[in-house]
Amino acid sequence: MLLSVENLIVKYGNIQALHGISFHVNEGEIVTLIGANGAGKTTSLYSVTRLPPPEAPKVVSGDIKIHGQSILETPASALVSDLKCALVPEGRHIFGNLTVMENLILATYSRDKSIDFNPEMERVFTLFPRLKERKNQRSESLSGGEQQMLAVGRALMTGCTFLLLDEPSMGLAPVLKYEVFRTLKRLNEEGLTILLIEQNANLALQLAHRGYVLDTGNIVAEGTSSELLGNPEVKKAYLGG
Amino acid sequence: MLEIIIQNIINALQWGSFYALIALGYTMVYGVLTLINFAHGDVFMVGAYISFFTATLLLSFLGVPGWVALALTIPITMMLTAMVGVSLERIAYRPLRRKGAHRLYVVITALMCGLILEHANLAILGASRKAFPELITTHVYNIGGITFTNLKLAVIVTAILAFFILQWIVTKTKVGMAMRAISYDKFAVPLMGIPIDSIIVVTFALGSAFAGLAGILFAMSYPILEPYMGALIGWKAFIAAVVGGIGDIRGAFLGGFILGAVEILVVAVFPSTYRDLIAFTVLLIILSIKPTGLFGIAKTTKI
Repeated sequence: MLLSVENLIVKYGNIQALHGISFHVNEGEIVTLIGANGAGKTTSLYSVTRLPPPEAPKVVSGDIKIHGQSILETPASALVSDLKCALVPEGRHIFGNLTVMENLILATYSRDKSIDFNPEMERVFTLFPRLKERKNQRSESLSGGEQQMLAVGRALMTGCTFLLLDEPSMGLAPVLKYEVFRTLKRLNEEGLTILLIEQNANLALQLAHRGYVLDTGNIVAEGTSSELLGNPEVKKAYLGG
Repeated sequence: MLEIIIQNIINALQWGSFYALIALGYTMVYGVLTLINFAHGDVFMVGAYISFFTATLLLSFLGVPGWVALALTIPITMMLTAMVGVSLERIAYRPLRRKGAHRLYVVITALMCGLILEHANLAILGASRKAFPELITTHVYNIGGITFTNLKLAVIVTAILAFFILQWIVTKTKVGMAMRAISYDKFAVPLMGIPIDSIIVVTFALGSAFAGLAGILFAMSYPILEPYMGALIGWKAFIAAVVGGIGDIRGAFLGGFILGAVEILVVAVFPSTYRDLIAFTVLLIILSIKPTGLFGIAKTTKI
């Protein structure tokens, strides 16, 4: 089991955001957390990624394990550099004052200097040819879709084996949404494990192997994607009928 | 007439070099932490004293020749001053950052740290001034009515060299990219596997090392050291950084030379007591026209 979250209770200040949720991700899987706004999806993700205060939610009890090791004391940067888990945050957070190329190079910061990063760079450019065309541009000049591609490409350059994505389809035109999701599928087929947070439950369940449905800090349903797609309750609440 | 102008340009470049070297430290720390490190002028003072002790030790006690002493004093001073800056960050600023303290309190802490450095110096070394030993013989050259010394030229060349080295670090190395990345989006930096604290340490080390370098050059040029020597020059370098556009190292450099030029110009025309008044007024006018500074663009790329 790559990631396991066990009875996690999380607070933001005095507000309890997660009421003891458990979920797991196996190696090679695509797992999705779906649910409405404020259900606790992003909180679950940020608990895992150990972002520094004030963004980090406070884990009150429960545990988060990667490869069986608790990561509650692991700093965010070590999660990337040592445990090979990368996050593509909501809102992309690319470095707009750096060029596309510099964004990708920076992501290799903590990796072994003796590695030749060119093949990986080429792989990113094969996945997202638009990035290659714009590699010497300041990345704040990219369109929203291109920035999303850069955010994913940048995460891949960290050498991750486990990719966590927060709302990658947010604000993208439908065509681009499908492009991003197709790329995620391809990456998964090449061996990348993926945890996906998504408001667009339909899209997410078409991609994922399994899913969990979150509602106000609780997991209210779980199962394989086809089970969830066929579940009348889930259908009614999250899939638009 | 022409020689007077050239003479003043050389003087302005030399005087501005000190401001530029110190302003670099202000602007780098601001770029990474959005903190105005008001102790930085006093780090410059500490650098000057470190160079004094190093040079005196080498010359008087170990009896090495002057040029060897200089060649050793420069790296030793830069290294030790860098450690002073890093310790300052570790002892004073980092605990506040960990507690999520508001920037205002960090700035107040910085002011206090500056005062502590000054008064620790006063307490430990006493009020008597220190005379910096002569490391190299000063030669005065006179070409077509323009006089300058080898030291003056060395100061200018060193400052320009320092600028290019720093510019190279910031634009070409991964550490430099990380520094720029932090100034744009602090949130995403750990997501790249980069511990923010390590970048902050590098920033303080670099900025303080250049303040140390300014300390040596200043002590060699004006060989009288006293505990408050960093206060006014620190303020001025800070203002130079703001005029250039704080957060931008090109701006810090340009701002330093502009301030140097204004001061030299004022002294060339008016009584020297008018110097600071007019210099600050000119800077105030520049800022009222362009509040973000010459290179600053409101809230975008910094450093």
